[in-house]
Amino acid sequence: MAIPFLTLIMLCPIVGGIVVLLMPARNSEGIKVVSAVAMIGAVLLALAVLIGYNKTLGGFQFEERAPWIPTLGIGYHMAVDGFSAPLPLLNAIVGLCAVLVSWRQEDRPREFFAFLLFLIAGVFGAFMSLDVFVFLIMYELVLFPVYVLVAGWGSKNREYAAMKLTIYLFLGSLAAIVGLLVVYFGTGRSFDFFDMQNGIKNLSPDAFTDLLFRPSSLLGSLAARFPALSELARISRGWFPFLWIFVGFGVLASIWPLHNWSPDGYAAAPTPVSMLHGGVLKATGAYAAVRFGVQLMPDVAKYWLPIIVFLCLVNVLYAGLIAYRQKDLKYIIGFASVSHLGLVLLGICALNAYGLNGAGLELFAGGVMTGLMFSLVGIVYERSHERDYTKLDGLAKVLPVAAVGYVIGALAAMGMPGLSGFPAEMLIFSGLWQAAQTQSLMFANTLNWWYAAIAIGGVLSVVITAAWTLRVGAKMFFSEPVTDAWQKLPALDAREKFAIAFMSAVLIIVGVQPNSVMSIIDSGVQAMVKAFAG
Amino acid sequence: MDNLALLTWLIPVPLFVAFGLMALMAYGGRLPKPTATAIAMTGVLAALVLALIVFASSLRLNLNKQPVGSSFPWLATGDTTFNIGVVVDPLNLPFVFMVSLACTLIFLYSTSYMANDPRYARFMTYLCLFAGSMLGLVVSDNLLTFFVFWELMGFCSYALIGFFYNKPSAFKAAVKAFMTTRIGDMFLMLGIVYLWSATGTLNFHAIMQNEDILEHLVHEPALIFGGLSAATVIGLLIFGGTVGKSAQWPLHVWLPDAMEGPTPVSAMIHAATMVSAGVLLSLRIFPLLNATLAHVPSGMGTAFNVIGFIGAMTALIGALIAVAQFDIKRVLAYSTISQLGFMVAAIGMGAYVAAAFHLLTHAFFKALLFLGSGSVIHGVEHGHHHLAHAAPAGHAEPTGHVVPADDHGHDAHDAHGTDGHDAPSEPEFDAQDMRNMGGLRTRMPVTFITFLIGGLALSGFPFITAGFWSKDEILGAAYQGLTEGQTLHTVIFAVLVFSATLTAFYTMRQIALTFFGVARTEAAANAAENPWQMTLPLGVLSFFALFAGLMNIPRQIPVIGTEWLGNLLEPTLEASIKVIGHEHAAVFSFVPMIVSIVIGLLGLSVGWLIYGAKPLAANQADPVEKLGGLFTFLNRRMLWDELYRAVFIMPLQWIADNYSRIVDKGIIDGILTGGYAIGGRFAGLLKSFDERVVTGTSNKVGEFFRDLGQSGRELQTGRVQEYLVSALIAAVVMLAFFLFIQ
Repeated sequence: MAIPFLTLIMLCPIVGGIVVLLMPARNSEGIKVVSAVAMIGAVLLALAVLIGYNKTLGGFQFEERAPWIPTLGIGYHMAVDGFSAPLPLLNAIVGLCAVLVSWRQEDRPREFFAFLLFLIAGVFGAFMSLDVFVFLIMYELVLFPVYVLVAGWGSKNREYAAMKLTIYLFLGSLAAIVGLLVVYFGTGRSFDFFDMQNGIKNLSPDAFTDLLFRPSSLLGSLAARFPALSELARISRGWFPFLWIFVGFGVLASIWPLHNWSPDGYAAAPTPVSMLHGGVLKATGAYAAVRFGVQLMPDVAKYWLPIIVFLCLVNVLYAGLIAYRQKDLKYIIGFASVSHLGLVLLGICALNAYGLNGAGLELFAGGVMTGLMFSLVGIVYERSHERDYTKLDGLAKVLPVAAVGYVIGALAAMGMPGLSGFPAEMLIFSGLWQAAQTQSLMFANTLNWWYAAIAIGGVLSVVITAAWTLRVGAKMFFSEPVTDAWQKLPALDAREKFAIAFMSAVLIIVGVQPNSVMSIIDSGVQAMVKAFAG
Repeated sequence: MDNLALLTWLIPVPLFVAFGLMALMAYGGRLPKPTATAIAMTGVLAALVLALIVFASSLRLNLNKQPVGSSFPWLATGDTTFNIGVVVDPLNLPFVFMVSLACTLIFLYSTSYMANDPRYARFMTYLCLFAGSMLGLVVSDNLLTFFVFWELMGFCSYALIGFFYNKPSAFKAAVKAFMTTRIGDMFLMLGIVYLWSATGTLNFHAIMQNEDILEHLVHEPALIFGGLSAATVIGLLIFGGTVGKSAQWPLHVWLPDAMEGPTPVSAMIHAATMVSAGVLLSLRIFPLLNATLAHVPSGMGTAFNVIGFIGAMTALIGALIAVAQFDIKRVLAYSTISQLGFMVAAIGMGAYVAAAFHLLTHAFFKALLFLGSGSVIHGVEHGHHHLAHAAPAGHAEPTGHVVPADDHGHDAHDAHGTDGHDAPSEPEFDAQDMRNMGGLRTRMPVTFITFLIGGLALSGFPFITAGFWSKDEILGAAYQGLTEGQTLHTVIFAVLVFSATLTAFYTMRQIALTFFGVARTEAAANAAENPWQMTLPLGVLSFFALFAGLMNIPRQIPVIGTEWLGNLLEPTLEASIKVIGHEHAAVFSFVPMIVSIVIGLLGLSVGWLIYGAKPLAANQADPVEKLGGLFTFLNRRMLWDELYRAVFIMPLQWIADNYSRIVDKGIIDGILTGGYAIGGRFAGLLKSFDERVVTGTSNKVGEFFRDLGQSGRELQTGRVQEYLVSALIAAVVMLAFFLFIQ
């Protein structure tokens, strides 16, 4: 029997979390060591999966299946394809680094680390589960520890932020659940992703509309009375499940205008939660939107995404501009992550190989980048208790490793060649430009020419991101030291240095040799793209 | 891969190795100055030797048919790949030589010029990366590789312009340079994306020498820019990169401020690297631009006309502003802008060879002039320090021009408080203000002679300077358009003639103010010549400023007229000429040459009459100040910065500050509020989650939330199981709901 790698990856943080819970609360050092060991195990296993993934074969690999509730079509089904194979590694890397930079957490460490590990476990499950029901459980399993961690260990305004964050994300997931349930009932009443996918292949694009507006239903009888409604139903072909799934998961990817939870939430959250949420959880949202939205219903996606792409453009520019004018470091990185996810969503909306590849690469490398930036902000804040960057100066002298990490993160964010952001952005914009030459499904005999305009607008982000990163870095790290207090901040410890170096190294490796990850993502993307072509 | 291709790969490598080595050593501890000098000089000399070997052995080859190079896949998606590769072809061959030589000389110069700076090692480290990036860019075989090095260079320029990071003006200048060029990069990136999606390759040779691809691009209508061909739009988008990097109007504003960096950096930026890269980019895509002529019944078509217009505009603006500047480096900075305008105008008139020629000669004499100005500043500062140490502390400068607070005129050395020379009066004395100089020809003879040679080359002094020959060819191209009755070319010809006259005038003004007459300050009177590390590069560059013209003197000139560069470059246009169907051959005429001679001498004579014959006395107003309002306008740099601030920066900041207030609070909340009024409780729930609720309802919502939070807290006991149970219940309820409506 093959080794169940995926389950083992997920078990690492779960077992770690249970062990932590069983340990005496006094043994704070031991708790941290256990957490770190669990995450190191997860990193190694996730790396093994990435290396072991056979990209020439493609498709879903490392598959594990077990029946669970057969009568409802629910089963335990784990597998990764090229698109999702790097994502567990992303989660493991950011998770490990999150544990390492919270070594000074002395407030109820047992609960803190247990929740953190359960949160990480949930994300693993969400990335790898191909059963929609299990996926949704994992998804909710993530939201709960986030709430507790923000409300219990956060900084100013934490209860408001925790509530806002949880409710937004919960409503988003509710929308997605409703959408997925429609698919469940409309196809073969199986929660298995493959069954759903096959079921949809045999349906016409209007099947869901027909299902909802069938004469015997409430909507159907209303439509019989009001012709405008049936007309609306006709043009909105299958909008119900697709839009609800895409936008519902899009909330977690902070799609505009449903992004409001994100900056507030990140500002209040403790550092490791900001790292995981900004770097990995948002990626979960975007991943789910691709897997259960785009890949499940490619035809409907081709119909609707050319419209949704406008929202994503707003994301990129709006959040970028706000990041440029903010002074609170956590808000800056929070808005930046909204802007950065906008780029990912733009790539997804391009609906071609370049765009999806770019999005996949950006999910992985950009997630590490956001994790790095949040960890730096946390490191600085923990020492100085100052989050207004205009009041910080000359930190490069006391925290040189943090300064180098910031430069690498900032250059990756602005798309400097040699770091991970550049190949991803290049692919995303190429994808958008190529999408401009495809036929529109919504408007007959029209090219989706506005994608070119979207690309032109999106490219502005390279200027906007450069603007805030330069401004913040120059003031905080590379200015003349004025305030004595900052020059007396304690130096970084070995664990923090390792975390920064680790995440920076990922950005550099992906930037210099993008093929290392790209070839794997590409094998998954090519399979998806075949569905659009048909 | 043959040996030559391998050597080409290696040209930038020594500098990157030197950079890596120095960065690691500097990080690991202290990097002593002699070690830094040794590593950097070894790196740049190795690059020079490799470049010379490649240059010499490529001369024998037919590079147009078979460029030397190789590439490897860097980013593969599906069946297409982005490659990284190098090439030596006719276009970059002369640049391999020029860039490596200029960099070597600037490195040597820096070892002396920057020797007293405590961050010398860091300076040399950045310089290695800068030079390595430029060499990498020159040997790039495709647009993606080009862009990679292009961006790296942008980063280096940021680090080096802002090298004196504790000086606010330097920091501002660095950000300005980076951001302004990045606006150009944005267009370039779009151009790359467009070219890639239209052709599936970014390789220069595969696109620019390929008749079919050019044909296809010329005949395909462009996306969203209706009416233009894809070739035109791609060409102009990529040209946007040139506008940023080569400081063309309207993105020229960063270059004058970039002299906030140490003077060797200015020489790098103005001659060997940044601005040359921009024009080189346009030369790289020239066949694509050329092919757009296929569509044009008469005249030059949109792409060429836009480029020509921008070039002429830049030439004029640069020349005008240069007349009214007092800072020795600032005059040179605006002259660079103006000369780059000449090159771009040449490209816009289809004068491919002339643009490349002027780019090469300009690089030599502008490097010479900048290094010369650095030598002057160093000498004057030396005199000033000499004075400051001799005089009691707090000694006021009776004759020095005091720098206004908002001016960027401080030399790096002065404001850099940690360089060991901390005379109290120092920040008030401006060692770069030409009014504080005068009579330096006797104090600094080598600098004087070499600066004079550079100045004459810039002015286009007839026959014996390289600048004359290259500028003449550009004027020749404009004149040809004039004889063919093209209105735009007639205007460009007039503008360029006027700009060239101004160039000669302000150059003579600069030389006269700096070197002739009597010393107007004690500092200038005590200035001293610099050591050999600084004067040797001046000598070598002078040689090229005089004789580089030999590479492309028209064959109508007896004996020395070889047109080597023209013969090298013209074959690269073959494919595009086939697309057009007819060749737009350059016609030689002696008229523009006579015009060149006349205007060069005229400008120099007028300059001499005003500034040389009657040298400026201390504290005497400069004659150009008599222009009154016009002088102020030009001295304030035509107020471009102020205009951009008012038109772009302020509104953008306003949007960023108010967007969330108006859109988030006004529109999104407005929708939610409306939904609340109509839709009842669900909308109310959504709305109340928003932070910024309308004042009247906020209390109610707050209470609701407090209660909700309270009950939530009671529910959430911290047990995962309970939460899971509630999630399950929710799912079951929903299932039941759907089963029910079924």
